[in-house]
Amino acid sequence: MSFLTAPTLAHYLVLGAVLFAISVAGIFLNRKNVLILLMAIELMLLAVNLNFVAFSAHLGDMAGQVFVFFILTVAAAESAIGLAILVTLFRNVGSINVDDLGKLKG
Amino acid sequence: MIAQLYTVLPEIAILVSACVVLIVDLFVPESKRHVSFWLTQVALLATIWIVVATAQLAPVHAFSGMVVDDMLSDVLRLFALVAVSLMLFYSRAYLMARGLFRGEMFVLTLFSLLGMMVMMAAANFITLYLGLELMSLSLYALVALQRDSSAPSEAAMKYFVLGALASGMLLYGISMIYGATGHLDLDRVADATLGVQGNRTLLVFGLVFVVSGIAFKLGVVPYHMWVPDVYHGAPTPVTLLIGTAPKLAAFAFTLRVLAGALKGLEFDWQGMLIVLAVLSMVLGNLVAIAQVNIKRMLAYSTIANMGFMLMGFLAADLNGYSAAMFYVVAYVLTSLASFGVMLLLSREGFEADQIDDFKGLNRRSPWWAFVMLIVMFSLAGVPPTLGFYAKFAVIEAAVNQGFVWLAVVAVLTSVVGAFYYLRVVKLMYFDDPVDTSPIVAPGDARALLSANGIALLVFGILPQYLMGLCTLAVTQSHF
Repeated sequence: MSFLTAPTLAHYLVLGAVLFAISVAGIFLNRKNVLILLMAIELMLLAVNLNFVAFSAHLGDMAGQVFVFFILTVAAAESAIGLAILVTLFRNVGSINVDDLGKLKG
Repeated sequence: MIAQLYTVLPEIAILVSACVVLIVDLFVPESKRHVSFWLTQVALLATIWIVVATAQLAPVHAFSGMVVDDMLSDVLRLFALVAVSLMLFYSRAYLMARGLFRGEMFVLTLFSLLGMMVMMAAANFITLYLGLELMSLSLYALVALQRDSSAPSEAAMKYFVLGALASGMLLYGISMIYGATGHLDLDRVADATLGVQGNRTLLVFGLVFVVSGIAFKLGVVPYHMWVPDVYHGAPTPVTLLIGTAPKLAAFAFTLRVLAGALKGLEFDWQGMLIVLAVLSMVLGNLVAIAQVNIKRMLAYSTIANMGFMLMGFLAADLNGYSAAMFYVVAYVLTSLASFGVMLLLSREGFEADQIDDFKGLNRRSPWWAFVMLIVMFSLAGVPPTLGFYAKFAVIEAAVNQGFVWLAVVAVLTSVVGAFYYLRVVKLMYFDDPVDTSPIVAPGDARALLSANGIALLVFGILPQYLMGLCTLAVTQSHF
């Protein structure tokens, strides 16, 4: 039961990788709602943050944690823009279903 | 401290002018909107002067190594500023006819330009990422600027989701590189990867994600899904913006990360870029043949062209990087003119975005037909246009490094590509016009577009000056 000992770098990296994989799967498999895509994107950035913090603590270097603050800020701006686009999309298309986004093709 | 500010003076100028335009636009009545337009143009012109006046050969690092002011950033900033300025001139009449001639357009354009300039001058993964996001977020908003229409909203949503996915992949890759080397500074990462320190498996793992992120921003296969939809759905001026200056920023990003920070993994990224380049050239040129919408056709042409550019890049020597840089600059100048002609032909309630809209252009206006002819020849790589020399330099660089089969693929796919470019020329010169209305456009847009068209010929005949500038930028920045 060695994996039940105190968490090491590997534990955090595996958790980060799992969260990252879930969010990528969420973007590609989700065919229902655009809002879920926005959630998946947030999850992806949080997975990256976890990686940075884990490495930062492991290396004893603060730069990684500084980067996390920037990523958090940019993620907030990103969701603001994403939701704004979602509102215009709903006004024009009348739906936020991923399958209804098929007008542009070729 | 004050001396450090000189290195980011162009960025400061753009930031200040974006804020000024934002506030001035609030107090300008609808009928005097051109005040904001000219204010933006003056700001761009002044920044061009600052870039030229503060240019120096030796690289200067500033702000604890966060930014670097070298020849590479100066040359690329210069071309990005010129591209944005021309884009605003070409699209003025189009924007006015559609009620898009508003302060948001100028402010968002300036902010995305600021993001590109930060990317070009970045020397640390944090600055690189912040510049990239500032550029991308402004572009997402610009695509959705036409709020009352469904195609732009759909394009913006697709661009946003796939762009955010690419940023996520890029960050994941950066986190791995940080874990393996312990640094975020590009020069220190380069030292760590060139030496034996650092976990190689972790580095290569991170590299795969970073290359995916870069491939998305350049729009090369298999990360090209957004390009046709965004080019097609966005208003033509925004398509023009996305197709030009961001390519320069993406090139700077590629050069600084792959050729700079990850120089020690050259063999690994070369292999990845070969796959991306071949797939892009083949798929881009083949699918472009089937398009009836010229914006979509040019989108697939972009994919093919970026693949071609990567071929020069993966030669991974001084010649290769200079040729790739020359290719990007040539591509940006050509794209500006192609979308410029499209904007010139559109008018209120009519978008010249179908290939058939170019039928019989020679009878309507021999001069604009000639400009479009130069553009198409340049894209196809017919001498003596700029595009010919760009393709020639890239192929030469690849062959010198022993990638002969790659050069053969490039030439064969270019022949396929020539078909759809020359089809436009055939429609312009040998078909009867469907639409015979006169072409109206402001005088400054006409003059600049003509100059842009002639520049494609002049730089094609005398490529040594532009090539010299690209070589200088690459050598002086120590790649």
